[in-house]
Amino acid sequence: MKPPMTQDEQPQSRASDSADSDSAARRHPSISVRPEFQRTAPDAPTREKVFELQDISVFYTGVPAVQEVSMDVHKNEVTALIGPSGCGKSTLIRCLNRMNDLIPGAEVKGRLLYHREDLYGPKVDPVQVRKLIGMVFQKPNPFPKSIYDNVAFGPKILGMDGDMDEIVEHALRRAALWDEAKDRLDSNAFGMSGGQQQRLCIARCIAVGPDVILMDEPCSALDPISTGRIEDLMMELKQEFSIVIVTHNMQQAARVSDRTAFLMVELDADEQGRWGRIVEYDQTEKIFTNPSDPRTEDYVSGKVG
Amino acid sequence: MATAKPRLEATSPRYGERVIYWLLAACAALSVVTTTAIVIALIVPSIEFFGEVPIFDFLTGTDWGPTFTPATFGVLPIVVGTLSVTFWALVFAIPIGLGSAIYLSEYASRRVRRIIKPILEILAGIPTVALGFFALVFVTPLIQDVWPGFLGPEPGIFSVAAAGLAIGLMIVPIIASVSEDAMSAVPAGLREGAYALGATKAKVATKVVFPAALSGIVASIILAVSRALGETLIVLIAAGNTPNLTFSPVESVQAMTAFIATTATGDIGTGTITYKTVFAVALVLFVMTLLMNLLSMRLVRRYREVYE
Amino acid sequence: MAGYEPKTARARIATTAARGVVAERLSQQPRMDVIRNTIFGSVLLLAVAIALAGLALLIGDALIDGWSRLNLDLITNGPSAFPEKAGLRAALIGTLWIIGLVILIIVPVGVGAAIFLEEYASRESRLARIVELNVQNLAAVPSIIYGLLGLAFIARSPLNLGFVVLAASITLALLVLPIVILVSREALRAVPPSIREGSLALGATQWQTIRKQVLPAAIPGIATGVILAVSRAIGETAPLIPLGAATFVTFDPSGPFSGFTALPLQIFDWVKQPQDEFRTLAAAGVIVMLLVLIAMNSFAIWLRNRYEQRW
Repeated sequence: MKPPMTQDEQPQSRASDSADSDSAARRHPSISVRPEFQRTAPDAPTREKVFELQDISVFYTGVPAVQEVSMDVHKNEVTALIGPSGCGKSTLIRCLNRMNDLIPGAEVKGRLLYHREDLYGPKVDPVQVRKLIGMVFQKPNPFPKSIYDNVAFGPKILGMDGDMDEIVEHALRRAALWDEAKDRLDSNAFGMSGGQQQRLCIARCIAVGPDVILMDEPCSALDPISTGRIEDLMMELKQEFSIVIVTHNMQQAARVSDRTAFLMVELDADEQGRWGRIVEYDQTEKIFTNPSDPRTEDYVSGKVG
Repeated sequence: MATAKPRLEATSPRYGERVIYWLLAACAALSVVTTTAIVIALIVPSIEFFGEVPIFDFLTGTDWGPTFTPATFGVLPIVVGTLSVTFWALVFAIPIGLGSAIYLSEYASRRVRRIIKPILEILAGIPTVALGFFALVFVTPLIQDVWPGFLGPEPGIFSVAAAGLAIGLMIVPIIASVSEDAMSAVPAGLREGAYALGATKAKVATKVVFPAALSGIVASIILAVSRALGETLIVLIAAGNTPNLTFSPVESVQAMTAFIATTATGDIGTGTITYKTVFAVALVLFVMTLLMNLLSMRLVRRYREVYE
Repeated sequence: MAGYEPKTARARIATTAARGVVAERLSQQPRMDVIRNTIFGSVLLLAVAIALAGLALLIGDALIDGWSRLNLDLITNGPSAFPEKAGLRAALIGTLWIIGLVILIIVPVGVGAAIFLEEYASRESRLARIVELNVQNLAAVPSIIYGLLGLAFIARSPLNLGFVVLAASITLALLVLPIVILVSREALRAVPPSIREGSLALGATQWQTIRKQVLPAAIPGIATGVILAVSRAIGETAPLIPLGAATFVTFDPSGPFSGFTALPLQIFDWVKQPQDEFRTLAAAGVIVMLLVLIAMNSFAIWLRNRYEQRW
């Protein structure tokens, strides 16, 4: 079993971006690389780290789901977690805002630093954590209330100062939903389409003013056009927030993310237990065009998974 | 530019959340308090009672006259009275209830079921005083009118039969709905297999569905028995109030619940022998219904487990 | 069935027999079965008919017997030993007082218990299972025993309330609490977990999530449960008897600490009287009670249809 490679161990790629894009398209025709999106250049100064995961393992009543993941998430970047189903991507992302706390019997081992503070420290309050680290879920889950009340719920509950109307408008604008919603703020959120509901969930998340937005397969329940809109949205949002996205659609990861972590399922000796492990974590460009690990190569070229 | 150190500790101690937790827990615990209170309320006077009246005499004696002088404490007549009424109630309710259940489950179309099920539920909601009135005023004369001579003398104003019929009507919805539940839980595959072999509806219902749902059906009957044992108003109004050791449907009897209701009026003094007698009888009733209930819950769990 | 032609005599007999059996199996059901099926179906239908007829006869008989007394007097007259002057006024006021207090008790306590069991207690915890077991058993205790509980601990020490409206309300509340708890739990369970997750992920506390998202969504279901419980409480006579209600009350109940009578108790009292006029009164009382129950249940159904949340 090869040890996972982190970015520091790898030889830095010297080739320029555009040449790689062409060769990428040639080697993996299914991946469309959108040159207009700004990716973190491989030799740009490394941004400040938002999360540092050190040997994170997650157990559900003793049964391992994810083993020894180490990676860093950087500020104002989109970090993608990809891998076949069952490899623990959702489990991992739920550690980042302590949503795993809600599952009885869930246990997180290892160190998880958020801006250098231990997220699982003894005095840490999960409620505070979730104000700073927001989440958008796979199936859009708006509240059965009006659009306005959906967005205003977070700020009101948290006792945020300021004009509520302004806060709501600002959040809806940032989520690219204002034009569609401004004339029907009082109508029930359930009347919107799936894509609109998901953008509403994003607006709701933004309204609280988080630092990080976690997205657990945000587009898997949506049609391609809505998916595209939300991907565009991510590009804008990353200027203000740091985004971590789980996706089972690797082309999506290739399109939107700056860095990608590839996780794989691992079986134990007698094939009874299964858990996820990180295989490779690097700049997205590298993962999809010139991965260091052959398992990554197999996955992104569609040979397995 | 590094971000300022994030504040991850709670901004307030949030005492309110703790208080709310304990308040809600107290609401839930009330049910335990109620059960304990009922048990204590029944057991304490009963223990005192059995201090004065030997339990063996109580349970096996056939002379029930606790309010007379000299008082006698053989409880069998009123136990038999309760059992007798319950028995005749089942004689009516089991065929009607099961018949309805099989009909609704195997024969009725969805539209018919949607109309009939709620109507049967209405029957479950009829206050017992109305059923008692019905038993006295309609059922009793009806039985007297249609009573065939060869069965002997017809029933009088108060009879086990009249009360039994009314109680039977009351418990039909219990048998029907729990049995129908059990029958719907039988997987469609079992039925379809039988139909595919050319069986008729009647055969499928009796040979496939009924046996498969048996534990649920038995549970429904036990549940109904428990309800019938504890029924007060109907027996009080229609079955009479004189203890009578008989299973005959034409006679009048006193049920345990009727005895309790008649004797435990407002002016009964705490600590008197009459008071203790009432609670001793109530204890017997409580134990009987509790056992029935536990048994039926066990059976319901079993049929649910098999298919889910 | 062409193709195979038997050569020997034995084969011919065997084939004919085999073909006959197959033909019988594949064709119509045997006569006897069809007849049995029809009879069986008719018997079942008869069973349903008898059940429905029973209900119809009960209601019809009450209507016929009580029709002549269905006028405003019935409601405005107070209790009296003379049937012509007797009415349900005191009983209706008593029921209103008693049920009003029952509602005040069962809503916070029943919904509170349901919230605790569904949202706070872990499914496996011993407390949760003991409470659940208790609630289920309490639902099956005969109602007269609740009356004895009321006599023993509520009317007398330790609560020592006496034979008053409040004692009746507490007793009835304990009787119907399991219904409220059961239905409220189902209403809470019907709210999808994704709503709770969405709220918690925004940084709301558990109670904030329950109070602002889960409870409001569950209210239609809870309201239905409360109405069901109240319907049950309105019709219960037995628990009130040991609470001194058999004594003849001549005044209108005036508050939580006044003596009481109630609708089913008054009807019971009239049923016990031998005179025919009282039989008419009793029938009329039954009709009034059935009308009240129909109104409540229709309201519950309307409420559910109007406000039910479709997820």
